[in-house]
Amino acid sequence: MLKQPTPETASLVHKRVSDPLPVQIFLIGLMLLFFIGFIFLPLGLVFAQAFQKGWSVYLESITESYAVEALKLTLTTVAIVVPLNAFFGVTAAWAITKFNFVGKAALKTLLDLPFAVSPVIAGLIFVLLVGSRIPFGSWLGEHGIKIIFSTPGIVIATLFVTFPFVVRELIPLMEAQGRDEEEAALTLGARGWQIFAKITLPNISWGLLYGMILCGARSIGEFGAVSVVSGHIRGQTNTVPLHVEILYSEYNFAASFAVASILVFLALLTVGLKVTMEKKFQKNSSHH
Amino acid sequence: MGLFQTKRRNILPGFGLSMGYTVFYLSAIVIVPLSMIFFNTFPMGWDPFVHAVTAPRVLASYRLSFSTALFAALFDAVAGLLTAWVLVRYRFPGKQFLDALVDLPFALPTAVAGICFATLYSPVGWLGETLTKWNITIINSATGIVIALVFIGFPFVVRTIQPVLEEVEREIEEAAHCLGATRWQTFRKILLPHLFPALLTSSTLAFARGIGEYGSVIFIAGNLPMKTEIAPLMIMSKLDQFDYAGASAVALVLLLISFSMLLVLNGVQEWQQKEYR
Repeated sequence: MLKQPTPETASLVHKRVSDPLPVQIFLIGLMLLFFIGFIFLPLGLVFAQAFQKGWSVYLESITESYAVEALKLTLTTVAIVVPLNAFFGVTAAWAITKFNFVGKAALKTLLDLPFAVSPVIAGLIFVLLVGSRIPFGSWLGEHGIKIIFSTPGIVIATLFVTFPFVVRELIPLMEAQGRDEEEAALTLGARGWQIFAKITLPNISWGLLYGMILCGARSIGEFGAVSVVSGHIRGQTNTVPLHVEILYSEYNFAASFAVASILVFLALLTVGLKVTMEKKFQKNSSHH
Repeated sequence: MGLFQTKRRNILPGFGLSMGYTVFYLSAIVIVPLSMIFFNTFPMGWDPFVHAVTAPRVLASYRLSFSTALFAALFDAVAGLLTAWVLVRYRFPGKQFLDALVDLPFALPTAVAGICFATLYSPVGWLGETLTKWNITIINSATGIVIALVFIGFPFVVRTIQPVLEEVEREIEEAAHCLGATRWQTFRKILLPHLFPALLTSSTLAFARGIGEYGSVIFIAGNLPMKTEIAPLMIMSKLDQFDYAGASAVALVLLLISFSMLLVLNGVQEWQQKEYR
């Protein structure tokens, strides 16, 4: 005779299809080992090295004028790059998700292009672009506009590197949301700008913020591309990561890691924000 | 539905404006600057180009970049699959904390990662000291480069596999179990084939990223000519000597390889979507 499955036997089945406890412990241990070697030790090392000569040296290293100048330059770059790429991201996502046109797939691939480019090449192309061999570059030079070895060069290289972040976040989100709400608003007599401000923007606000955080994190940390265009002029064209490199190559490890600890702090903040956003995100999307 | 959507008319306003700005910005920031690589390489002529990109030091750097990125991607595939599995399937204290930290390699500036690994594995470093006693050198070697690249590529693999693994229906595993399959058989014959496309995509991403990576690698690599010089560093040193044509020739080869990998990846993704829809 067949027995009715009781809750007890059902839970027994579930226990059996999940991995046995020793296997679970072994795999968790293996993962922890990886995390210790690749995440915890490097993080711990930054703080151990930063404080090896005590608090006073630490504070001195991060408040010294070159470090402050570097931080200012990095923050300036972020303040220019993130809004520009965010504005582009919204515009491009609007064009791509709200309309049908030929070549949409190709355009999407082009938007991802900077991801496939080495940071060093990202810097190189701007040196080539405004290097005096190209007509446009010599024109800029003649009119006294300096791009390479100056702030605009750093900004434009960072724009390139962080180009896809916002738009990549928005396209899948807006594709999933469709265009019914916007079209309904249109038939009710709303104007284009009203539709965008009252319907689209509130719908995508979390995704937009999320993309901007990713974009900002990468702008702060970009090294290869900026390294090529900056010229490493202390107090002028040195971003925080470049400052870390210079201090390190001068064997001034305590100062180098002290400045690096600011970047670690910002990275941890980014990771924390990302987790918070994802939770909001899920809540938001479950409403739809 | 799909048929209906492609025939749907564009009625919303702002297409011209948004499309125009998109094309303008894309050209100004990405297309025109990238085309400089071609414009600087073509005037070289074929023979000097071949000469520049097949110089022994350049070839050695390509070989090093590819082999280290490949090893790192393979390692990431295993470590990433393990991490995704543990984070999706098991319950243990501190799980959410570890889950959040998976993104750290992405958020941490590459230069910081670089000096961390270089210090960690230096002969007087926390790990380097012990390893030196065992006659293992990590710093100034290809192994060091692989370690830095494993760190960089790790989030790509975990974050791609996690959602796929979350969507796997547990009933399939239960059915396999009822039919007498062992746990390992279920994993190999049912789960692994299902996860394979995501595993392939994400490790290709890690591989592509690894070939171009610069900041995290140069500190631990030591940059010894013919031995531990990566391809992006060759571009850098050609630039330092004001050899712009040579730099763009080396860059062109690297770009063509990255782009063709991106295309293959797109192909794989399309095939994957067709398979599972």
